[in-house]
Amino acid sequence: MCMNNNFEHIQAAHCESGVTRNLLKNIGINKMTEPLAFGIGSGLFFVYIPFIKINNGPAIAFRSMPGIIFKQTCHSLGIHVERKKFSSREKAQQFLDDRLAEGKAVGCQVGVYYLPYFPKEYRFHFNAHNLIVFDKEGDNYIVSDPIMDQVTSMTSYQLERVRFAKGALAPRGQLYYAETNHEVTDEQMKKAIQHGIKKNVFNMLRIPGPIAGVKGIRFTANKIKHWRDKFGLEKAGLYLAQLVRMQEEIGTGGGGFRYIYAAFLQEAHAYHNNDELLKISEEFTKSGDLWRTSAVQAAGIYKGRLGTQQDFNVMGDYLLEIAEIEKQAFEALSKLKWQ
Amino acid sequence: MKKEDVPQNVSSLGKITTEVCYATDASGNYTTQQSRGWEVKIDALNVTWEDIQKKVEAAKQRVLNNEVSPIAFFIERSVMDINILSGYTGFWKWQIKRHLKPAVFKKLSQKKLAKYAEVFNVSVDELKSMDVHEQ
Repeated sequence: MCMNNNFEHIQAAHCESGVTRNLLKNIGINKMTEPLAFGIGSGLFFVYIPFIKINNGPAIAFRSMPGIIFKQTCHSLGIHVERKKFSSREKAQQFLDDRLAEGKAVGCQVGVYYLPYFPKEYRFHFNAHNLIVFDKEGDNYIVSDPIMDQVTSMTSYQLERVRFAKGALAPRGQLYYAETNHEVTDEQMKKAIQHGIKKNVFNMLRIPGPIAGVKGIRFTANKIKHWRDKFGLEKAGLYLAQLVRMQEEIGTGGGGFRYIYAAFLQEAHAYHNNDELLKISEEFTKSGDLWRTSAVQAAGIYKGRLGTQQDFNVMGDYLLEIAEIEKQAFEALSKLKWQ
Repeated sequence: MKKEDVPQNVSSLGKITTEVCYATDASGNYTTQQSRGWEVKIDALNVTWEDIQKKVEAAKQRVLNNEVSPIAFFIERSVMDINILSGYTGFWKWQIKRHLKPAVFKKLSQKKLAKYAEVFNVSVDELKSMDVHEQ
């Protein structure tokens, strides 16, 4: 087999932006970093879907729909994306083997439940994890999981199991890779950054309805204040634990992805010499810090140190404050003058 | 968050790999800092698993009372629901609901039992006896 010897595994905070960066670097786009992929792909988001339950808790996300970061980053830079789903497991494996034989590194959407190298505590039925397969030795696939500091491997049985995970967002063997025959210019990067920011402004400020973006944070804040009465202390605590897990668990870079976004704006400044970007970046740092302060408050509740209605009000008020900071920050981004 | 404030409370993941966090250096520029975990997150995960454990115990009791088949116990233990189990086993949801009846479970073919056992990562004997030990 012709192997991909140039592939470099770099650990990342978030799986999808990490996979995007590592795949693009592998085809020669050396300008790409994790924060740039996250920002160009408009990765920042907030949504609370009240009529869906995940693991008996609230469905809350701090990032955009799975798949968007890779798609939008490649699209904005004029890079061709190949993406495929399969109904047959044999064909899914054959297709992957053929690409590996060509020397390609391939991104795969997988479920984490059967991932052999994850600790048991982290193995929920979450099907939008991303990793890269870049080599095969005998029956072992060599895997670059951006969450892990080292390269890992899986047998064909193990890989098939996670590629064909079941439940919500079932990956159906989905794989993707990028192809290009040109370098990306600074001009293209500038345009892509601008486009990514504009889309993120739309997602956070202008999506209709109360549950998404800045309005979604406010909506959640007001819900939290009622959780204690509605569910009782124990269940309300479990709900807050779920909120914190979505916000801080592996793959967020801390602060519900707000720190990665702040890092992105600093890197954007290197392309667009506009000092506003640095100032707005500080606002996202502030927001990330406040998300973490709210997580400490939530932990007080689910650990049983706190528990009065007043404690829930304080929790809700943190989110209202965050919503205000992010509203101002995205409005400032929407008013940026682009050269 | 400042680089030096990135928490280092060792989590179950922290024993296997550190995590990348984005944080600022002394001059306010973003850089990455490895973290071994954060107490707040460890607690969030712990209370979640304590709750799952309670449901597992309750399911076990219902099996011992002969109200449901051991499949109910393994559904809770695997944090699944009938939808997910139906996806992995290939059985229809109505079939699984039948298999949840103790009398029906006792008559299941070896092949069907083996299917459940594989999905739950246990042997057929363990599936029947619920006598499993955490890995």
